[in-house]
Amino acid sequence: MPVMNMIQAVNDALKLEMRRDDRVVVLGEDIGKFGGVFRATSGLYEEFGADRVIDTPLAEAGIIGSAIGMALYGLRPVPEIQFADFIYPAYDQIVNELAKFRYRSGGQYAAPVVIRTPYGGGIRGGHYHSQSPEAYFVHTPGLKVVIPSNPYDAKGLLLSAIRDEDPILFMEPKRIYRAARGEVPEDDYTVPLGKAHLVRAGTQVTVLAYGAMLHVVGEATEKLVEQGLDPEVIDLRTLLPLDTETVIESVKKTGRAVVVHEAPRTCGFGAELSALIMEKAFLHLEAPVARVTGFDTPFPYTLENEYLPDAARIADAIRRTVEY
Amino acid sequence: MTNEVFSVLDDDGNVLHPEHEPTIAPEDLLRIYRGMLLVRLMDERMLRLQRQGRLGFYMTSTGEEATHFGGAYPLRDSDWIFPSYREPGAAFWRGYGLREFICQLMGNAEDPIKGRQMPVHHSVRRINYVSISSPVGTQIPQAVGVAHAAKIRKRDDVALVYFGEGGTSTGAFHVALNFAGVFKLPVIFFCRNNGWAISTARERQTAARTFAAKAVAYGLPGVRVDGNEVLAIVSVMNQALARARGGAGATLIEAVTYRRGAHSSSDDPSVYRDPSEPKKWEHHDPIGRFQRYLERRGLMTAQLQKQLQEEIGGQITAALKSAEAVPGKPPIETMFADVFAHVPPHLLEQLEQLQQAPRSESTHH
Repeated sequence: MPVMNMIQAVNDALKLEMRRDDRVVVLGEDIGKFGGVFRATSGLYEEFGADRVIDTPLAEAGIIGSAIGMALYGLRPVPEIQFADFIYPAYDQIVNELAKFRYRSGGQYAAPVVIRTPYGGGIRGGHYHSQSPEAYFVHTPGLKVVIPSNPYDAKGLLLSAIRDEDPILFMEPKRIYRAARGEVPEDDYTVPLGKAHLVRAGTQVTVLAYGAMLHVVGEATEKLVEQGLDPEVIDLRTLLPLDTETVIESVKKTGRAVVVHEAPRTCGFGAELSALIMEKAFLHLEAPVARVTGFDTPFPYTLENEYLPDAARIADAIRRTVEY
Repeated sequence: MTNEVFSVLDDDGNVLHPEHEPTIAPEDLLRIYRGMLLVRLMDERMLRLQRQGRLGFYMTSTGEEATHFGGAYPLRDSDWIFPSYREPGAAFWRGYGLREFICQLMGNAEDPIKGRQMPVHHSVRRINYVSISSPVGTQIPQAVGVAHAAKIRKRDDVALVYFGEGGTSTGAFHVALNFAGVFKLPVIFFCRNNGWAISTARERQTAARTFAAKAVAYGLPGVRVDGNEVLAIVSVMNQALARARGGAGATLIEAVTYRRGAHSSSDDPSVYRDPSEPKKWEHHDPIGRFQRYLERRGLMTAQLQKQLQEEIGGQITAALKSAEAVPGKPPIETMFADVFAHVPPHLLEQLEQLQQAPRSESTHH
């Protein structure tokens, strides 16, 4: 089985699906001959041509607005927003238009668009190349939000997403685009949306994370395990619809939970997880749910390592929660 | 590009430019006339209903009916229409029923969009009449996407997208015309310049001399047409369609008209505009002008006009009675349907919670 990084896995999924389904088109800024600023669409232009691999003018609202029209007409567009930090000019098209087409038309129209966008910090990108805006979109009825943490899931989830009937925001953790490597089948396979993945079974505490944070959590838990602790680690993979069952069953078993994300804390996805755990597993809790997150500041350039949850901060929160 | 406004007919229905008079079969001319009259009469009746408290909200098109039919008539059925909220005639032209129209306004149990949107936000997929959105201009890049998809699929379908002159101030207008120009897409941008965006006069939307002039910057042709003259609109639409289907790309049409009524039933124009202004436009009424043209051609008589008026009035009454007889609102579970293709577990849970929750008496009414 070939070993791929995240970029190669995304690229492989796009190629596979474009070969399988001629309705699939990709569009965005610099995605054609150049292959995208992170090379995720590399080679697609050469294989599928300018009609299906579309270099667009520099306008996110135009990219998403026209992707909506393409989907209404019956295509399966997979637009790329170059950085999640640049998605806001398309915010209205995403939250008011894309996410609402099925609902507002009484079920007559559907707009199955998959928006791919690299997100997150750790690449010395400062405020405009590091944000994690997932909470804005999870809060949007009608939109699914998917975030893979490894190459195998990236390919399988992206294939599921493109074949899904609903609009999806597919957020790719760019910090681990090349660092995360793993075996990825060359064949067609899917990883189901809405299903979390048990990364490590444990008994003392449930650690919930997604995207690049899984790797920092792994670093933290490795040390804790050496020290005799036994955490359970869950990769959420899909934030909406959330695999509530897996989360709640785990917390009922361990009685403790730590939530990790890069995004700012207030109204971040950790707030939702914490509330859900409180509502559905209150009597099983032995400790308050802990949040290890970015801070409620703009994403800083020089101090990004201080801003981002690191292994020490995560390990500390896990230990405190276990010892509470 | 000129600043002149193109008309085929004068206000008395005389043909000014026989060479531009489109060839339209007499039965189609009468259908267009009948359609414009239907919109006029429907608007009068629905606004009255709103004033009586039987409808929550309404928007009239009085004086702008020619833009609905001049735009929709020259299209093929496979062409797409992206309306804003003031083109119901384009839907009627393609077979949207009066009863469905009124059920939508009422948001009742037989509303085709299940009570999901305010009145006048129609959506009729079977006739390629795309769901209406309130935020102005959002539909313009979507229409460009349909045109782009048609081009990718090598079909010669065209997308027609309506918006008001206020819509040209939005970013969506800019990105849409820019994409259409760059990719040479088969889309027709139809700007109804009716002078007013709620209370904001046309002069506050642009310092350009015309809205059509904006096409130049995107490498597109822009034409100004008399928006109160259906034959002129058909004529410029035919040219734009030939250009689009021939692979030459998009056209921006500025239809110069006037919003004689209020923006909506919630608006009061007496606060911001001189009441003599709409009066002046009555003389250019699109239905009157077209009627006089038909009379000159021997296709319309006072008797036929009266007969049509009564017939349409009767149809509206029948549709209204039938719509008002629909019992109740859409059932509560419809609130949770169509958010996604399949109802996910968290929405099923919320539906159950709502079904089991106590409710204030007033919630039912």
